[in-house]
Amino acid sequence: MDFEQMHWAWQTLIAAMLVVGGVFSLVGVVGMLRFPDFYMRLHAPTKATTLGVGGVLVASLAYHWGGGSYGIHELLITLFLFVTAPVSANLLAKAALHLRVPSKAPVPPEQPLP
Amino acid sequence: MIVEWALNFALLAVGFSLVLCAWRLLRGPEATDRALALDTMYINLVALVVLLGMRYDTELYFEAALLIALLGFVSTVALARYLSRGDVIE
Repeated sequence: MDFEQMHWAWQTLIAAMLVVGGVFSLVGVVGMLRFPDFYMRLHAPTKATTLGVGGVLVASLAYHWGGGSYGIHELLITLFLFVTAPVSANLLAKAALHLRVPSKAPVPPEQPLP
Repeated sequence: MIVEWALNFALLAVGFSLVLCAWRLLRGPEATDRALALDTMYINLVALVVLLGMRYDTELYFEAALLIALLGFVSTVALARYLSRGDVIE
């Protein structure tokens, strides 16, 4: 590994992106473990974990640019994940609604008709 | 130095999240929970493969990450369709 030849600001950027990515993916999975209800569990990993993977991919992009090869390969995966994560979450929510998975949300009160 | 420390930290965090995903995959009370755990697992696996590509300083791992992302999305869609319709392709 040739991290030491890079500028210190570039190294700090890569390290910060790596730490942000790891923390966000961990937070998303902990949310998926700890929330009491499927619909709450659905929203933790689809947002936080996607952001975590985005951070890791930006770090990899910065690392390869610092090494001298200018490509945008990692941006391809980032774009693909950012497009497909809401789609799969929507499909899973529709499947859960169809299977009548129980929800902890209270029923809204009766409103008088106008 | 700092980059290596951060790389080790990120590898540990992503690996630990994979273990927690496996816990939800085994425990999940509903079938949709298991599908959600598989979805999260492939996203974390993409991050893990990209981190290993940085660690071993090779560009080959990028192709593996792209393939995992594509096939993971298709498999999640197929699982959700199967759970909601009882059939994948009508």
